[in-house]
Amino acid sequence: MTALLDIRGLTTEFRVNGHWHAAIQDVNLSLAANETLAVVGESGSGKSVTALSALRLLPQAGARIARGEILFEGRDLAKLSQRQMAKVRGDEIAMIFQEPMTSLNPTMTVGDQIAEVLMIHRGMSHGAALKEARDLLDEVRVPDPGRRITEYPHQFSGGMRQRAMIAIALACRPKVLLADEPTTALDVTVQHQVLTLLDDLKRERGMGVIFITHNLGVVAQIADRVAVMYAGEIVETADCTRLFANPAHPYTEALLRAMPRVDRRADTLEPIPGSVPSITARPAGCHFAPRCGYVRPECGHHPALGPISGAGGSDHQARCILRAKAEEAAWTV
Amino acid sequence: MTRYIIRRLLAAIPTLLAMLTMVFVLVRLVPGDAAMAMLGDQASEVSLAALRAKLGLDQPIGVQYLAFLRDMLGGNFGVSMSSGRPVLEEVARVLPYTLELTASAILIGAIFGLPLGMVAALRRNAWPDYLSRILSLTGLSFPGFVSGILMLLAFAVYLRWFPVMSTASDNFVDHIRNLALPALNLGLIMTAYITRVTRSSMLNVLGEDYIRTARAKGVPPRRLILRHGLRNALIPVVTVVGLYFGTLIGNSVLVEMVFTRPGLGKLILGALQARDYTLLQGLMVIFASFVILVNILTDLIYAVVDPRVSYS
Repeated sequence: MTALLDIRGLTTEFRVNGHWHAAIQDVNLSLAANETLAVVGESGSGKSVTALSALRLLPQAGARIARGEILFEGRDLAKLSQRQMAKVRGDEIAMIFQEPMTSLNPTMTVGDQIAEVLMIHRGMSHGAALKEARDLLDEVRVPDPGRRITEYPHQFSGGMRQRAMIAIALACRPKVLLADEPTTALDVTVQHQVLTLLDDLKRERGMGVIFITHNLGVVAQIADRVAVMYAGEIVETADCTRLFANPAHPYTEALLRAMPRVDRRADTLEPIPGSVPSITARPAGCHFAPRCGYVRPECGHHPALGPISGAGGSDHQARCILRAKAEEAAWTV
Repeated sequence: MTRYIIRRLLAAIPTLLAMLTMVFVLVRLVPGDAAMAMLGDQASEVSLAALRAKLGLDQPIGVQYLAFLRDMLGGNFGVSMSSGRPVLEEVARVLPYTLELTASAILIGAIFGLPLGMVAALRRNAWPDYLSRILSLTGLSFPGFVSGILMLLAFAVYLRWFPVMSTASDNFVDHIRNLALPALNLGLIMTAYITRVTRSSMLNVLGEDYIRTARAKGVPPRRLILRHGLRNALIPVVTVVGLYFGTLIGNSVLVEMVFTRPGLGKLILGALQARDYTLLQGLMVIFASFVILVNILTDLIYAVVDPRVSYS
């Protein structure tokens, strides 16, 4: 399986009170065509920073990619200029965001906002691009697209706006779609419709999708593979079914126990005590140790992400010394 | 859109009535009355009573009020007590000068203020930002008549580029030369205002989610700033220009005095000095109507700039 997008050792730092702190650290992710990779974690775990770093969309002041490569079809995006990057964005790699209510320009018609991408990357005329925008709205199942392209975002409901966002993102048939919590702000029925739509479009086009969410129910519905992030690091990665059946990292376990399920009584839900440490106050050893039920003295050393014992032939990795294969129980200090 | 315009026009009616009532009350609160002002305090009771009867001042206050409303709404502002000419004629003679001055000031403000504010926002906390902030603070802190006198000294007295006294002229070049200094004086104040509002509004807009969306679409920088940024940042700028219009006419009164330029300013001052009640009353009504009109225009420009407005 050749990777379409291969993020290697990515470290992004933010400037806080004059010092640079790593928001995400040594993140490795690879995405194949026609694959959905879910990135899961609590708020502040670094999911969005990872996606924004990959598209180089972080503010130019106060944030920097300190180390790592973002390989897309052999090119390292981390080394491109902003001008070269603008050519990649929206064309080969597209992104959709969490807040459909504020993510569209209020003073431009929805049709013009979709057409704009085609005019920039495909050099289409306004007329041709608008016609294509109409077809795209139809494709994302917005009813009456001919009228809808002339309307403004405030005339759209939340779900319809997210569909319009998807139409914008997919206009140039990107190879990779970064979806940053695209359904979080929507109500459950609309959420389901949008997820189904995204999944259908992914299949039709053979796109690779990185889907960022904190909702494990959504992950189970759409993901092929899952990467769990905690405090700026990937702590576990596995096939979707494997991860749900055999979570290896204590954090993943805790996340699964905290998820409400129809087949269990609600009073057995276990919240995870404490909260994600801020980027200026991360523990020196295992970042999860202060909240972990299995904590041991060795956890004061920072563990590496590695294959777990009993992974069989699968590519199941975790960042926990308790679950590491005996011979690979190396840790970094 | 048509419905929106009609709604705005209807909403202006109560404002107009309130304004007229206030002018009516103000004129009657002044010590002495119009008859006394016209005849002087040595006038006999008989002649005063005769004039009051002629002016309708002996009528009950309600009747006077209705007559006043009828006259004002019908555009019948009466005759100036000092010159004997109709008030409307007096105003019409000088209004173009004042309008020309305020319009040029707004134009200058927009031409310099918008780019300055944008550059300041884009180069936040770098030297272009500091420069534009210092310039706008200076422009805002200087009273218009002080900077006017300084400009007169520099450009008219020492450098002799422009005339010291503005006189009416049919020659276009002379006309512009007469307009230049007063317009620049007011225009710089306007520039300061527009720079400030544009900067803060642009900074707000650049932090919006839809700007991030536009960047994620690969929109090139120029288009990002103009089409996605400025277009949305303009909404508060329009508000400020509209609100400031009334103040601008007020300022132009002072500037007209400094540059000895014909205009509403001179007319108002003359009317005050001559205690010309009818002219003052007419000027107040016309002035206030202008402000109301500009507010309606601002609302209409809103609807053009921001598509959300006409629907809500």
